[in-house]
Amino acid sequence: MQSAIRWMWVALGCMTGLWGCSSPAPESAASGSGASARSRPEIIRINVDPIARNLALTEQLAAEFTSATGTRIEIIKGPTDATERLSQYLQYLGAHSPDIDIYQIDVIWPGVLAEHLVDLAGAFDQERAEFFEPIVRNNTVDGRLVGIPWFADAGVLYYRTDLLEKYGLSVPKTWDELGAAARTIQEGERAAGTADFWGFVFQGKAYEGLTCNALEWIASSGGGTIVDADGGVSVNNEAAARAVSRMAGWVGTIAPPGVTTYQEEEARQLFQSGRVAFMRNWPYAYALTHSQDSPVHGKVGLAALPAGPGGRASALGGWQLAVSKYSRNPEAATEFVRLLTSREAQKRRALEASLLPSRPALYDDPEIATAIPFIPQMKEIFLNATPRPSAQTGARYNEVSTEFFQAVHRVLTGEQPPDVSLAAAERALKEVLGRP
Amino acid sequence: MRRLSLEARQSRLGWILVSPALVLLILVGAYPLGQTFYVSLTDARLASGRPANFVGLANYTRLAADPGFQASVANTVLFTVTSVIVEIVLGLAMALVVNSRFRGRGVLRAAMLIPWALPTVVSAKMWNYMLVDTYGVVNDLLVTRSGLLETKVAWLAEPGLALASIIAVDVWKTTPFVALMLLAGLQVIPPALYEAASVDGASRLQQFWRITLPMLRPVILVTLIFRTLDALRVFDVIWVMTRGQSGTESMATYNFRQLIDFQKLGYGSAVSVAIFALIALFVAAYLVVLRRWREAEMS
Amino acid sequence: MIRRVLFALLLAAIAVYTVFPFYWALVGSFQSESRIFASPAYYVPAPPVLDSYRQVFSNATFVRALGNSVVVACATTLLALAAGSLAAYALARYRMRGREATLTVILALTMFPQISVVGAVHTVVTRLGLHNTLAGLVVSYMLITLPFTVWVLTNFFRSLPRELEESAYVDGATPLQTFWRVLMPLSAPGLVTTGLLTFISAWNEYLFALSLTVTDRARTVPVALANFAGASAHQTPWGAIMAASVVVTLPLVILVLVFQRRLVEGLTAGALKG
Repeated sequence: MQSAIRWMWVALGCMTGLWGCSSPAPESAASGSGASARSRPEIIRINVDPIARNLALTEQLAAEFTSATGTRIEIIKGPTDATERLSQYLQYLGAHSPDIDIYQIDVIWPGVLAEHLVDLAGAFDQERAEFFEPIVRNNTVDGRLVGIPWFADAGVLYYRTDLLEKYGLSVPKTWDELGAAARTIQEGERAAGTADFWGFVFQGKAYEGLTCNALEWIASSGGGTIVDADGGVSVNNEAAARAVSRMAGWVGTIAPPGVTTYQEEEARQLFQSGRVAFMRNWPYAYALTHSQDSPVHGKVGLAALPAGPGGRASALGGWQLAVSKYSRNPEAATEFVRLLTSREAQKRRALEASLLPSRPALYDDPEIATAIPFIPQMKEIFLNATPRPSAQTGARYNEVSTEFFQAVHRVLTGEQPPDVSLAAAERALKEVLGRP
Repeated sequence: MRRLSLEARQSRLGWILVSPALVLLILVGAYPLGQTFYVSLTDARLASGRPANFVGLANYTRLAADPGFQASVANTVLFTVTSVIVEIVLGLAMALVVNSRFRGRGVLRAAMLIPWALPTVVSAKMWNYMLVDTYGVVNDLLVTRSGLLETKVAWLAEPGLALASIIAVDVWKTTPFVALMLLAGLQVIPPALYEAASVDGASRLQQFWRITLPMLRPVILVTLIFRTLDALRVFDVIWVMTRGQSGTESMATYNFRQLIDFQKLGYGSAVSVAIFALIALFVAAYLVVLRRWREAEMS
Repeated sequence: MIRRVLFALLLAAIAVYTVFPFYWALVGSFQSESRIFASPAYYVPAPPVLDSYRQVFSNATFVRALGNSVVVACATTLLALAAGSLAAYALARYRMRGREATLTVILALTMFPQISVVGAVHTVVTRLGLHNTLAGLVVSYMLITLPFTVWVLTNFFRSLPRELEESAYVDGATPLQTFWRVLMPLSAPGLVTTGLLTFISAWNEYLFALSLTVTDRARTVPVALANFAGASAHQTPWGAIMAASVVVTLPLVILVLVFQRRLVEGLTAGALKG
């Protein structure tokens, strides 16, 4: 009897020990008791995607901010996977947690998170016109500016300069040219002995990235943007069906059959290993494919995505900084956001982390142009970038996007013909958006 | 009279012993469970300040007519039945092997556990890239090196094949769990039983059917219960590998989508309750079997 | 002879099947990225590159998370075994009214998908003042581990013969002395197995850890792994992830090697005959 009771005490002691050693720790100010938190409001916590080079720069900027204002900054790493990060943010914000002051949010999240975020329109009254206009518009929900553009992203086309030269081709201007060029190179390279050479890769897995890819195919073919600016469902039309079925025809012929399972990294790894002629991806792949140990080092070019009857379309991506309503010190948090998105900080970010500025003026900066050779092309791409329909669908965007990418995926894998699949998506979207 | 009070004392002592576990479980579990049931009757949205309305069983009637959910139930049941059966068979084989005496047994026992020990998030990502059609090592082994297959296969792209691949990964991952549980069960079988059977001239195979399997029955059943419970809630493997496409959507990935991605807290909770009910159904079936066995043993 | 060869082949098949993916992670952790993704694949990292390990151990979050995970997994295991074995003993041996009902309720508590309860568990843990603490994780992990330990141990105790306990009673031992001195030593395989499986599930838990922790102070390994980022956005640092998973799996392998004798002792040691 006694020994068993002693045993229970050990277990209990274990627990209380854990309890004791963790709760009064100084760091727990914000999470534990309110009183101690109020006495030390001079700490701002920012939750970010810990991209290595950007993290280093953010740490430097935080140190500069602390020495200038006395406010300490704690940088918290969030999950790199966007869905997991959204789930974490929803958990924190739903609990009205004051633990995090600044969140790094995706370009498609303003509608989802707006009610928890501070309106920064007043604080950024002077500066807001200096950012890319489409992104600012995207971040404005019911007249409230809930996120300041931090860095921008857009879909681009990568090509092999050496192979274009070898086969006497020029950079494809239209999707048809891309298909033809990809076929020519693939056949040539296979005949020359590289049995598993492919013409084109993109992101075909059933996830948010496929929405970006398919939006580009459809919008450039004149098939609209899934949901119109005024909220009408426009996903089911002939141009859209043509664009999607062309891609479906490429899967297994000039694109590997497994492309319907690829995200950004699978596509990049394959392209970087030298066995693909063209790739749709984000600008991040540029630096990596040009690194010294890359098998295609010095053989990669970057261009705007091909055009179609609807012109060019490039999905707008990128990340915003937002201040939580539950922050105990929103003023200081706002000031830190101002610093992080400032012209100087963005220039350093472009030079040190190769992340693309959200301020158009920086695209004409000669220093940045030397460091990132493709930057002049990017300005044009951003000014004409196609936002995903997150502004018009608000908190329902993820539902809209999921219905859409699932429908496209079914066509790519041959489970359904495009007209059937898009019609199903149309019905589902109308129900989601309550628009008959 | 005396006997009765002894029983009462025993019962009281029993409850004292059970209480730490019950208190802990109720402390963490009761509110979340009640909350999930309650929220499933409302139209609440996740992380929204908008007050939720009580909608009665509306979420459940919608759920009953939701083809997406029905498909996920079918996929999950198929996944569960297949993977659990394969795991039990393989796990038993593995347990018997590492239970016999041979050199390097300890090392094999440790090695056997590696798949279960690797964090699922990582192992699923790893399999994902091992299964990539163009540069994945599985195709490299099967096509480039050995020529067992003629062309490279896109394991996760085709409906049917995708689910089979995910089952294979799950079997790889959880067979060690089963093997370890059964190994512990094998340890409690008194060696005297085998000795007696050998004396009677029973062959190894006869000993397996007459001694090993019957003695293992309770352990197998508990293992089955917990494996089924986990398999019916399968999430990580599918989420990482296919995001539920190509005919691999499970109830839990569907639930995650509704609850987190779409922030439909009310509807998502109804999905959770439905999953709970389905699991309860499976468990009830097992428990009936368990009770039958026990009664048969008593008599 | 043929049988021995077949047995060896079977052993080899098991070893390859279970270990190859881990071997592949090991190879990947010692290779540069361009070789990891090469086709045809490189099966031997020659020469081995240590960059990934350097990256892993210079990641302060990860190193701290390793410590946190050890504490959380050990505490969870001890607490679950302590509370679980007491409850299991009573449920296996005592005539209690509502015994089956209790077992069913305990099992029912673990039948919800974790994603649906994580929000409410967050609320409970915050109310207890354990938000963003290791203790908060341990308490919440009871929901995942206790039903398992109670069930497995109840089952295990039931399978043990009663004779020894009865003779202890005859010698005048109290029920708890019997539990501690007689049943516990006999149960070594069951306890070690249950403990090991509990340890691993606490070690690998991700969803609760993701939302119940805020800062590095309380983060565990799976959360730290999810925060591994490459040099640029979208990039997955494969080498580092592989190196980290090797680093977090090795302690478990060692744990099994240490405890594996215990896994097969128990009745075979002749305790019954004594």
